Amino acid sequence: MAATLKDATAIVGIGQTAFAKQLPQSEKELACRAILAALDDAGIDPSEVDAFSSYTMEETDEVEVAKAIGAGDVTFFSKIGYGGGGSCATVGHLAAAVATGQASVGVAWRSRKRGSGPRPWKNTAVQLPTPGQWTRPFGLLRPADEIGMLARRYMHEYGATRDHLFNVAMACRNRANENPAAMMYERPLTREMYMTARMISDPLCLFDNCLETDGALACVIVSAERARDCRQKPVYVHSVAQGLPSQHHGMVNYWNDDPLSGPAWTAARHLWKQADFGPQDVDVAQIYDAFTPLIPLSLEGYGFCGRGEGASFTEGGALEIGGRLPINTGGGGLSEAYVHGFNLINEGVKQLRGISTAQVPDAATCLVTAGEGVPTSAILLRA
Amino acid sequence: MQTTSTPATPAAPGTTPDELLLPVPDEDGAPFWEYAAQGELRVQACAAPACGKLRFPPRPCCPHCRSFDSEWRLMSGRGRIWSYVRPHPPLLPAYAAQAPYNVILVELADAPQIRLVGNLVTSPDAPLDSVDPARLRIGARVQVVFTETGGTPVPRWVLEKS
Ligand SMILES: [Zn+2]
Repeated sequence: MAATLKDATAIVGIGQTAFAKQLPQSEKELACRAILAALDDAGIDPSEVDAFSSYTMEETDEVEVAKAIGAGDVTFFSKIGYGGGGSCATVGHLAAAVATGQASVGVAWRSRKRGSGPRPWKNTAVQLPTPGQWTRPFGLLRPADEIGMLARRYMHEYGATRDHLFNVAMACRNRANENPAAMMYERPLTREMYMTARMISDPLCLFDNCLETDGALACVIVSAERARDCRQKPVYVHSVAQGLPSQHHGMVNYWNDDPLSGPAWTAARHLWKQADFGPQDVDVAQIYDAFTPLIPLSLEGYGFCGRGEGASFTEGGALEIGGRLPINTGGGGLSEAYVHGFNLINEGVKQLRGISTAQVPDAATCLVTAGEGVPTSAILLRA
Repeated sequence: MQTTSTPATPAAPGTTPDELLLPVPDEDGAPFWEYAAQGELRVQACAAPACGKLRFPPRPCCPHCRSFDSEWRLMSGRGRIWSYVRPHPPLLPAYAAQAPYNVILVELADAPQIRLVGNLVTSPDAPLDSVDPARLRIGARVQVVFTETGGTPVPRWVLEKS
């Protein structure tokens, strides 16, 4: 019998800073504050941290963080590539490290000043080599343009409409309106606002895009055995997966046989194979929403509905509290904060602790996904 | 965005004098752009006799048979619009000046699984926003043309005359 990660580790601490368009602190300070908050939540002294994981796009590295928070000797560290595709894999890597005895207290984090900082797509020197040579000269410049291309095709093939995308934006905004920490708290969205909003990359309008945010989040992972003695109710890491499909090409998934079945499908197969339950047993989901079309694509990829049914799945309030699959209960990247999806991880933990501002009654299982459209990752959490 | 024609100010690397982005080929992609300079749309193909499959973007070895032998096969230059977007600002200044423009994804008539990003224009040298958006349609038949921008030939697309 091979070793399994199933429920071998748990998230026992979560922390976050404020979310805003502009925060005065540096990314490094925000990272340290979020990490220390998460350790305090867990009741674990920073000197016990011996593992770190974050994204390759994280500019606050583990050397600086370990020094600043006063970590002890660190025996495991990793960074996950592909922007928002890396979020859940940070937890996955730490779960594997802790489960195999490489470390005992892991911290995953993401700190970002996207609200007040530069837009990555403006750095053309970085963008232009492969595969930028095939896209950038033609004015396909930003992630919104790249995903907009898939969205248009998806709408054409399956009869999805802007109303379906609005359903996604609306569900996230409604949850943000219940979450005082969300950037869009007390800022309701209407269908008219959505339909008359300025276009960013037609067919995607302003409200199909995530928020530009300054902020940081972190979580703490320990063994299931140790978790029983921690301050908070443990949230077990039930299954983890990364996904890089055959012939995938990152953001511009245009060159494989089936551009509309992205990395979610690959991650999902492994995720469910390792799990004791299936999509029908998920009480609440936190699905990466840098752009609204990622929700129907992910609903299909993770098996909540059939191919081409993701848009119609959003109808009739299915994504709202009390609906078939409440999603992004803190408001998600569209309306809480866009910190490369890390807020979705912490929100999943809140749901399973029973402390979300939009609590799903008795939620015991939660799917959290990372960025679809790029090499991705996902975790199943259970109470 | 103010543009000057002062020749003493060289364009930033990787951009045309009017600051549109130029392709920066890598070693595998270079032949595509060299053929484009001759007005030819060619796609990399496996040169192993038993395989011969096309692949895009170019890469060192065939994902089907792992042969490192490749050739560049001439395409008819005909295709169909698979999808499109119309970017609006915020954009890089040179693109914002022409926005909203179209970016199309063309599936080649000879090889529908090969899809090229490009622009639909009314003529080879026309601006990015030269085609009436009402004419953009998934499935529309298009034909490749080439324009020289900043000394680099770039493929673009015009609607095929029916
Ligand atoms: Zn071959």
